[in-house]
Amino acid sequence: MNSTIKLTIVGGIDKTGIEEAVKIVEVNPGDILGIVGPTGSGKSTLIDDIEQLAQGDTPTQRRILINDTEPEMGLRVDPRRKLIAQLSQNMHFLADMTVSEFIQMHARSRGKDPELMHRVIELANRLTGEPIHEDEQLTVLSGGQSRSLMTADIAVISDSPIVLIDEIENAGIKKQEALSLLSGEGKIVVVVTHDPVLALMASRRIVIRNGGMCDIITTSAEEKNMCNRVSEVDDWLMDLREIIRRGDLVEGVA
Amino acid sequence: MKLVVVAGTPGSGKTSVLLHTIKALIRRENKPAVVKVDCLWTDDDKRFGRLGVPIRVGLAKDMCPDHFTIYNTEPMLKWAEEEGADVLLNETAGLCLRCAPYPDSCLAVCVIDVTTGPNTPLKVGPLLTTADVVVMTKGDIVSQAEREVFRERVLEVNPDSMVIEANGLTGKGSIELAELIENSVETREGMELRYSPPLAICTLCSGEKRVERKYHMGVLRHLDGFMEYKGE
Repeated sequence: MNSTIKLTIVGGIDKTGIEEAVKIVEVNPGDILGIVGPTGSGKSTLIDDIEQLAQGDTPTQRRILINDTEPEMGLRVDPRRKLIAQLSQNMHFLADMTVSEFIQMHARSRGKDPELMHRVIELANRLTGEPIHEDEQLTVLSGGQSRSLMTADIAVISDSPIVLIDEIENAGIKKQEALSLLSGEGKIVVVVTHDPVLALMASRRIVIRNGGMCDIITTSAEEKNMCNRVSEVDDWLMDLREIIRRGDLVEGVA
Repeated sequence: MKLVVVAGTPGSGKTSVLLHTIKALIRRENKPAVVKVDCLWTDDDKRFGRLGVPIRVGLAKDMCPDHFTIYNTEPMLKWAEEEGADVLLNETAGLCLRCAPYPDSCLAVCVIDVTTGPNTPLKVGPLLTTADVVVMTKGDIVSQAEREVFRERVLEVNPDSMVIEANGLTGKGSIELAELIENSVETREGMELRYSPPLAICTLCSGEKRVERKYHMGVLRHLDGFMEYKGE
């Protein structure tokens, strides 16, 4: 992995062209930053700005700095040098290839050993119900399988100091397990979420409205306590979900 | 005068990428003019016209659209000069994967749609392999991994190209492309094509409609790869 780095988001404008209320956000190695806001407010746009290391050249006019300086072009485009891994909301693969061909090719594009493919599939199969086989066509994978494979691919192949995650709770996979897989030692994790557990696991969360960063909230001690309780409820719901999935009765479980 | 030739399969997003690039060029005090070449019909001139740049449309109709573009390059450049432009953006119809309508002294830009899958760069041929800049569009629809695999495939067939990830909706990539245009070569007298066009003329080009083999003349290639010349 590349050495740890600091990420800075310099505010631009919202959808109406008005300057964003939050002018600057500095994120240090090991931080988990949440992004919250209504659907369509511009959360994914912020993630995209970070992924492409925007330099005032996107509609939001935001600038992204790495270690307080403007990153050079090579860091923006060359996958071998990229500092950022992104798990987007796009659930399906369009590539007409087998799982193993695709993962091996992706490893090569990132300058990694193609044999890591076996590890990617093994990890992916921990997150999803129906196992993925390496000689399956990518295009036949379900939404949950695709998302698991993408998650495992990021953990193993796109192993980068900054990880961007877009609404992992909608993926039909084990979200907390996925998050811990993705957030390694010293990594910056930026997570777009509506999920109370994930949002409260972050140390801060940016609030987006009308395309602009309108506020940044630091998770309070009371919220951290809440997080533990919500997490218990969430685990309980997950268990119920698994029971129903198996085709069993939930009577008496509560 | 600089010449930018933009090619790519229909629907790949050539026009959308160009519209954003023109805005970026104007902001950076360049004077672009546009010639849009299409086969039968286009209303893209209205979209370009809204940007207030000189725009001309060329319809190839019965002529091969790439040959039409090449044949009209000289008058296009002359027209752009008369309009006071310093860069001519020529958007081609983009159909034939056998040809590449790029002269040597131009910036050759190939626009390619990521959603067509990572095998596409292997199929596109000289349009892609002789380009200076490859613009990947619609990357927002696929995962980061799929974009990176696609980019790898492009570099396999054209290792010296500059690859730009663009988005025709948001304008991502347009500033990078505008920068490359600013730094591109000037056109010159006696330009030559980078790639040889297909063999001679075929009977279909001259209006033959009959399917039976005996009516076809010229340099012909059989299914098994055997080539022969039939005719006078």
